[in-house]
Amino acid sequence: MKHETALHNLDQTAMTASQPSVSIKELDLSFGAVDVLKGLNLDIAAGEFLVLLGSSGCGKSTLLSCIAGLLDLTDGQIFINGQNVTWAEPSERGIGMVFQSYALYPQMTVEGNLGFGLRNAGVPKAEVKERIARAAKILQIEPLLKRRPAALSGGQRQRVAIGRALVRDVDVFLFDEPLSNLDAKLRADLRVEIKLLHQQLGNTMIYVTHDQVEAMTLADRIAIMKDGKIMQLGTPDAVYNQPANRYVAEFIGAPAMNFVDGKLSGTKLSFADLSVDVADYPFQSAPGGDLNVTVGLRPEHLIVGTDQLQSAATFELTAEIVEPMGADTLVWSTLDGRRFRVRLDGQTKISAGDTLSVGIAVETLNIFNAATEQRL
Amino acid sequence: MQTQRPNALFRNLTAKIAALPMIATALFVFVGCTLWTVYYSFTKSRMLPSDKWVGLQQYERLWNTPKWQIAVENLLIFGFCMMILSLVIGFVLAALLDQKIRFENTIRTIILYPFALSFIVTGLIWQWVLNPDFGIQQVVRDLGWQSFEFNPLFNPDIVIYGVLIAAVWQGSGFIMVVMLAGLRGIDEEIWKAARVDGIPRWRTYVFIIIPMMRPVFVTALVLIASGIIKVYDLVKAQTNGGPGISSEVPAKYVIDMMFGNQNLGQGFAASTMMLLSVAVILIPWAYLEFGRKKHG
Amino acid sequence: MADISYPTDARGAKPRRVMTKGNVILWSTLAVILAYYALPLYVMVVTSLKGMPEIRMGNIFSPPMEITFDAWHKAAFTACTGLNCEGLSRGFWNSVEILVPSTILSIAMASISGYAIANWRFKGSEVFFTILIFGAFIPYQVMIYPLVILLREIGLFGSLWGLVLVHTVFGMPILTLLFRNYFTSLPEELFKAARVDGAGFWGIFFRVLVPMSLPIFMVALILQMTGIWNDFLFGVIYTRPDQYPMTVQLNNIVNAVQGVKEYNVNMAATLLTGIVPLTIYFVSGKLFVRGIAAGAVKG
Repeated sequence: MKHETALHNLDQTAMTASQPSVSIKELDLSFGAVDVLKGLNLDIAAGEFLVLLGSSGCGKSTLLSCIAGLLDLTDGQIFINGQNVTWAEPSERGIGMVFQSYALYPQMTVEGNLGFGLRNAGVPKAEVKERIARAAKILQIEPLLKRRPAALSGGQRQRVAIGRALVRDVDVFLFDEPLSNLDAKLRADLRVEIKLLHQQLGNTMIYVTHDQVEAMTLADRIAIMKDGKIMQLGTPDAVYNQPANRYVAEFIGAPAMNFVDGKLSGTKLSFADLSVDVADYPFQSAPGGDLNVTVGLRPEHLIVGTDQLQSAATFELTAEIVEPMGADTLVWSTLDGRRFRVRLDGQTKISAGDTLSVGIAVETLNIFNAATEQRL
Repeated sequence: MQTQRPNALFRNLTAKIAALPMIATALFVFVGCTLWTVYYSFTKSRMLPSDKWVGLQQYERLWNTPKWQIAVENLLIFGFCMMILSLVIGFVLAALLDQKIRFENTIRTIILYPFALSFIVTGLIWQWVLNPDFGIQQVVRDLGWQSFEFNPLFNPDIVIYGVLIAAVWQGSGFIMVVMLAGLRGIDEEIWKAARVDGIPRWRTYVFIIIPMMRPVFVTALVLIASGIIKVYDLVKAQTNGGPGISSEVPAKYVIDMMFGNQNLGQGFAASTMMLLSVAVILIPWAYLEFGRKKHG
Repeated sequence: MADISYPTDARGAKPRRVMTKGNVILWSTLAVILAYYALPLYVMVVTSLKGMPEIRMGNIFSPPMEITFDAWHKAAFTACTGLNCEGLSRGFWNSVEILVPSTILSIAMASISGYAIANWRFKGSEVFFTILIFGAFIPYQVMIYPLVILLREIGLFGSLWGLVLVHTVFGMPILTLLFRNYFTSLPEELFKAARVDGAGFWGIFFRVLVPMSLPIFMVALILQMTGIWNDFLFGVIYTRPDQYPMTVQLNNIVNAVQGVKEYNVNMAATLLTGIVPLTIYFVSGKLFVRGIAAGAVKG
């Protein structure tokens, strides 16, 4: 049920927004013979927080550079606020950008860094001052204005880098892995602040990361990319619960989803000595005849203990390795010759060698066509 | 030092023995020989080193010798121009090559090859190119500009600029390589940030990149400066100090005194002056470097 | 936000004009600069291929009307320095005899020293190293005479081995720095692992470090070969005339006072002397650049 509402909302955002904030049409980019991006289409609504997620080399940062105008397209068009900016310089596009390495000008004070672009563009002094003051207030970096970047911590530098985008008074913010150079604790703090900033400003934000936690927590929609193509575009809920294909299913979620080979005949799914009736499964297209499939089961969606009464099927596993992690415990086992993970509540008492009874709920299954790897 | 443990004494001994040539070089040559020369610059040495102490007499005589005065004046003019030209040409070339232009490797190869050549070869090539009867002067005159005058090697007033042209030809490619390494070491994202900020390229260079490259400039400057003081072979080959003594340089003065004129005392005093000028450049630089590391 | 005056149907890459003002300035500047660097070599080659009558008539840039290798032959085998009329051939072999042992000895010494300082620090090692580096900036003129005395004392003055020793000593700072920096950049775990496996000072050096340091040895080799080949000062001071290296002989031939100046022979001789370092430069390419940059930027 939940997923349907999410999908419904998504459709509405896409349709009700009269004019997308950023619109990418049939974008191609190749370096010599290497195609980096291929026929890419993407509409981003005004005020939306879109995350481009993927492993390194998938083209997500390249796509961001294209939007920023730092790279010339091979073919295709880019519109920002309805204007064709395909040939426009980065500074003419109405964007602000935050970089992974912060890219602050080291010889200037924080104030100088924030104001350099504005002063260059001939903005009156008083206004420059006012905009810097406003950005500094929002980001709480007022005490740092007279310092140089070398005298700032990593988190402070990143704030200044965001400030530099902020003073430009633009509608679209681009973030290129802005938190990757920070340690885990600071990353979590700044993540929350970026989300807060988005709520406060309501700008369109496009955010590139390889960190799925950042993607899930920040995004209105996530675009998962691979080899220059978007594998799935959807809300965090959709990409987690209804991954469109095996790649997305494997990429999202930690610990990763379990996969088992199976066979689907009508509504009868059989895998690893089990047979389950999947009539309740939300098929996207009605399957016909016999089909080889891959069944995906999230470690946290497996049912143990008393709730098993509701499960569609149960089976026994031997716990081979037990990894207690505090809040929950991860059990490693083998099913049908493959590693199989089960995530249990942290309070569960279990040790290696124990037998574990596991149940499955049909609505949490993910069934993929084994040949095309697409979701059924 | 952290690796030193009591039971590792024997192995460390091997390391110490292996480092003996280096230690000997440092102590006997760089410290010992230098002190020896400084000491004997205060003596009455002529054909052979002598222990007779004469105080600052050699220095007095040195600074009253026209040949030395000209040598120092030449070095100042040459040094100043060489530093400015090398830095400017080196940086501009590096910036041009940094524009991701085509044929970058070919162009770099052409600019750098003179650096592989010796000063003797450099001097002789330019002696020929600047030859008044057949070289550039004559070529321009043959083109119809009869009054054209460019004869640095036989004009005492400008001969040092003739040497300068050759020295820049030989050494600026090296500075370009140093600068290019510096430019390539700058974070790509700084350039991107400047583009998003709408800052024109030349302004980015002047206000952002050059200030960021300060250490590279300092290093380049130290390298050029230490090279300038050592200039000897180039003058020896290109002009041999002439015409007359108008292109003499200190390094040549020292060698002439020691091995030509059998006047060791003058040679020692002159070389000690060279050492002093190196110290004047080197000590502030070392102080800056050291200071920076301490703070960083 | 600035006004955007781009066509509303813009698509693909922004069309670039080839003849922009910037491009014209860029390429014409480059052309002038390249002429400054490249023409002397060209002039040298064409002069060496002309006969003297043609040189007196034409200008230095004109290509030879009639190519002759007489000047090359004379420069190599019959040109005179003083009484000696063997051309540069003798200087060439002298230079080779100096080059080979000097290069080997200096690289061997410096690599071991660099290794000792980088991986086996002992009390005072950094002090000696610092002295060494500062020593690189001391003008040779300051140390030249005491070294004459030192070499005379050990009986090597005026001999080939004396000069080899001088080259080794003065090559020490830059090479030691090169090796030290390289060995320090290698993961320390490697060194620790070898020690745990029971390798000693020499074992680690020869069996672990040297095999994985070939590029840096190549860089050192290029640096030393060009440096020693191009040396003039040490050659003229520490050897006798019959052992003068090629550079010294070249200078004596070209700058000989007596006789008519034969510019074609001079240029052929100059080219002959320059061929060895030029060949090293053109063949080694990036390594040469890396060598000089490594010596400079880190130093």
